[in-house]
Amino acid sequence: MSTQEFALPDVGEGLTEAEIVRWRVTVGDEVSVNQAIVDIETAKAVVELPSPFAGTVSGLLVSEGTVVPVGTPILAVEVRDREPVLIGYGVAHEGTRRRRLRTAGPAPAEAPAVTGGPRAKPPVRALARTLGIDLATVTPTGPHGDITREDLQRMSTTRDTPGSSSTVSIAQSATSGVPAIRLGEVIPVRGVRRAMAEAMVRSMEQAPHVTEWVDVDVSRTVELVERLRGRADFEGVRVTPLTIVAAAIVRSLRRTPIVNATWHDLPDGSAEIEVHRHVNLGIAVASPRGLVVPHVPGVDRMSLRQLAEAITEVTERARAGTLVPADSVGGTITLTNVGVFGVDGGTPILNPGEAAILAMGRILDRAWVVNGGLAVRPVMELTLSFDHRIVDGAAGSTFLADVAAFLHDPVD
Amino acid sequence: MNEDVVRLLSPEGERIEHEDYPLEADHDQLRAMYRDIVLARRTDVESTALQRTGELGLWCPVLGQEGVQVGAAHAMRSHDYGFTTYREVGMFQVRGVDPVELLHLYRGISHASWDPREVGLGIFTIVIGSHALHSVGYAMGIQRDGADDAVLSCFGDGATSTGDVHEAMVFASVFSAPVVFLVQNNQWAISVPVTRQARAPLSVRAAGYGMPSVRIDGNDVLAGLAVTRAALDRAREGGGPTFIEAVTYRRGPHTTSDDPTRYRDDGEVEHWASLDPLDRLRRYLEAEGAIDEEFTARVAAEAEGLGERLRAAIRGMEDPEPLGMFDHVYVEPHRQVQADRAAMQDYLASLELR
Repeated sequence: MSTQEFALPDVGEGLTEAEIVRWRVTVGDEVSVNQAIVDIETAKAVVELPSPFAGTVSGLLVSEGTVVPVGTPILAVEVRDREPVLIGYGVAHEGTRRRRLRTAGPAPAEAPAVTGGPRAKPPVRALARTLGIDLATVTPTGPHGDITREDLQRMSTTRDTPGSSSTVSIAQSATSGVPAIRLGEVIPVRGVRRAMAEAMVRSMEQAPHVTEWVDVDVSRTVELVERLRGRADFEGVRVTPLTIVAAAIVRSLRRTPIVNATWHDLPDGSAEIEVHRHVNLGIAVASPRGLVVPHVPGVDRMSLRQLAEAITEVTERARAGTLVPADSVGGTITLTNVGVFGVDGGTPILNPGEAAILAMGRILDRAWVVNGGLAVRPVMELTLSFDHRIVDGAAGSTFLADVAAFLHDPVD
Repeated sequence: MNEDVVRLLSPEGERIEHEDYPLEADHDQLRAMYRDIVLARRTDVESTALQRTGELGLWCPVLGQEGVQVGAAHAMRSHDYGFTTYREVGMFQVRGVDPVELLHLYRGISHASWDPREVGLGIFTIVIGSHALHSVGYAMGIQRDGADDAVLSCFGDGATSTGDVHEAMVFASVFSAPVVFLVQNNQWAISVPVTRQARAPLSVRAAGYGMPSVRIDGNDVLAGLAVTRAALDRAREGGGPTFIEAVTYRRGPHTTSDDPTRYRDDGEVEHWASLDPLDRLRRYLEAEGAIDEEFTARVAAEAEGLGERLRAAIRGMEDPEPLGMFDHVYVEPHRQVQADRAAMQDYLASLELR
């Protein structure tokens, strides 16, 4: 007599575990080959398993209702060695079967004896070559006696004089230039932050930026905002100088539509400029999650009141974090209000795919020459960055001057 | 089952004469068909058990569909060629492929180990419907060789919804290719019922391609034999393709990874069990005096031996060498494959696989 154990097989192409639902045999039962012994439930199906052995059940190794990993012995059968029923089963546990069970089972408690050289994964071997370390001299600390990347790093730092240049270079080379030890706070780069980073790099790599600026007396814009806020038909509508700047952009694009355009590199190496039929105005918003640039589509067809409402709606959603992906795709030109942070201007970076971005600065009372004499006027600085592949200096300057002129003398 | 099907043997095992499809089979051939169904079924049962004990990665049970498979394969001449899916155990049984060879794919040992040219059956095709095109291509080759062979192209109801099958039908019809499309309508494409694949019987589609079609009782081995033989003969004589819809039923799961109780009733399975292809053939042959208890016992013992042989053989299978996967990609050396092989060799050499 000898005892054979039946290990839970993977019955469904990559399953890792199954629940023992119901035993169809009990200890002491005689079983024959292919007799149904147990029902199991996997992630895919309830199936009954047949016995690979003939003999007497000597143990149900897992109780009903238990979930066990594939490879766990679940049934023990006393097999009469001279019984001829087991044709083909005599050598079953000598060959591939045992190897498979070992990989499926739990890791051995002790590292197996290392034969034929040290164990390390191919990337670790490559690093050892780079560092000039003989793997045979490394003390492994990884699972199964594997040499790990950390083992190599530890070895390389103890080998070299602390503080020497080679130590620094080794510590850096292990993780592609990043120091192994960082003393500062580590901020993971993902989500909105990652999107911003990628967009800015792409834009700076692809579009040659030109930045121009102009100061403008916005007295009449400020008056207009006050007047609109008092009008009955604008009740409940949030009107700000940004609303008027947005309107100025729409108006000014009529003369220089090329500023509202996108550069396309074609697969054959040539390129095209697409001048957009409509203006989808992106609004840069500092949301709690980072910089986002949702856009208001079709601002060229809106009344001032519709424009004000739409900008309010999208900026509020941006701050609430309820933007949908479509809000951030399809803008044609962007407006960013850096004035809210108390500054006058800067060199804004284009939203990728757009030809221009206009920054509006703070409104500050300044000494301003009016009719040959000094006056105190509310003044705003406008900064325009544009893609010089699409927009030449004349068009860019004309556009910026037109925006400034509108803000100086807004036509309702 | 719909009654508009060609049937030569009733579920009770009574012969039905059909004016278009006379039965041309002597007792020896009928006994051989009986034996083939029993052995195919034994291969199926044992392979399912081997999968359930972890020896096979997957198995595609055939229970219920052996009738038409065995009948159709018996209709083929030795030089005819068949293209199948992964479920035609009955056809491989008839064509003399050792059932052990069918297990290689499902154990992950090799893609296929039989020589298609020798047995006249292509390798298992897992991709649904793609081999309908291979069938027509082979048939058009026969045409150009001026041979009088014909091709049997086997696929299921689900495959009829694929573009490949449509294209195959178009080419077969337009070029009058010597091919017979044998659709085993087993009612279910995994969990999708055939009613979700077609508003009308599948055979009706053939008219759109300008090819004749026949609907047969797929659990009637004699109808499978007679109708397929007529269609193959028509094809080899230049008559063009025929579409045969064999109405049958997959009584087991789609594969061993499938749980059919989630999508169909036990009653449906029981109904089709009452239409079993082996039972009706046995009743007929017993009534004819073509078989006796001694014969059925001998076949049953042979089937048991086959089961034991399969169990023994699968444990004797050696795992293949990893580099073996590059050996049969192309007939002649191919630079990319050689480069891939060298890269794999380097990679394996960099590992400590002890």
